[in-house]
Amino acid sequence: MARPHESAHQIPLAARPYPHAGLSTRQKIGQIERRIGLFNNPEETAYRQTGPQRELVRVRFRMADIWGARAERGEDVIEAEIYAHWLEPV
Amino acid sequence: MPHDHHDHEHDHSHEGLSPSGHPYRADNDTDLSYWQAMEIALRELLIEKGHLTAAQIHAQINAMDSRSPANGARVVARAWVDPEFKAALLADAGAASRAMGFDIGPMHLIALENTKEVHNVVVCTLCSCYPRNLLGLPPDWYKSRAYRSRTVIEPRKVLSEFGLELPEQMQVRVHDSTADMRYIVLPAQPEASLGLTEEELAAWVTRDSMIGVGLPQAPQ
Repeated sequence: MARPHESAHQIPLAARPYPHAGLSTRQKIGQIERRIGLFNNPEETAYRQTGPQRELVRVRFRMADIWGARAERGEDVIEAEIYAHWLEPV
Repeated sequence: MPHDHHDHEHDHSHEGLSPSGHPYRADNDTDLSYWQAMEIALRELLIEKGHLTAAQIHAQINAMDSRSPANGARVVARAWVDPEFKAALLADAGAASRAMGFDIGPMHLIALENTKEVHNVVVCTLCSCYPRNLLGLPPDWYKSRAYRSRTVIEPRKVLSEFGLELPEQMQVRVHDSTADMRYIVLPAQPEASLGLTEEELAAWVTRDSMIGVGLPQAPQ
């Protein structure tokens, strides 16, 4: 179950074959909202490969951190599912 | 084609407006697209080789078409009247929905609770991810590029175009449903509906309120 605001993470810029992480969230700092569980790794599934399952987490980003001054209201948030191995601690 | 009123003094070019005042829709006299041809070829092969029958395919299409937001509305209404169910729904929406008897398949579902401080709205920026087993087919606008692209950057403006003006102090949470999870919003119960039965409450729960672009409403 979720442990909100557990730690801050940064998404690496490195290109991935099948990145579920949208371009807008790359290199942005968010916080883990909840840990969802283990799922097939889409980087392998895309090539019909099977390997160990990977942890999927939900990351919460402040609109101000994603859009800067363009944000309607900086304290609104966007939450997205991102694989834990696409994140790095900051 | 609306052909209710045959008028033999006029030709039937179908230009302009129908007798009832609606524009005619163009016939789809175009070639099949690549994927339409692929679907037909695959379907006919599956039938020819005995893997499926035409009746089974039609039964599945009927089952998909029969799902409607009424399923999700029953889940929401149960959560409004049963605190234990609500806790179970927020902890594991898939398991709670299955416990109510809904076949949601392998779908992983998260319920997002609206409160006085927080308003949730769901979008699939990638395509059309949607909790079809509980809400039926997604509306066309949900799949539009405008909704998918704008909701993540200007959700308040998008919601206002749906007629939903949120207080400045309320936090908007946009949920991008683009991977393995599906989302349903658990709208806050309107005060005017307090004391109603679960069945009566289900009629208040609109499809849009479970996507997050609307609020529950008293049945018309």
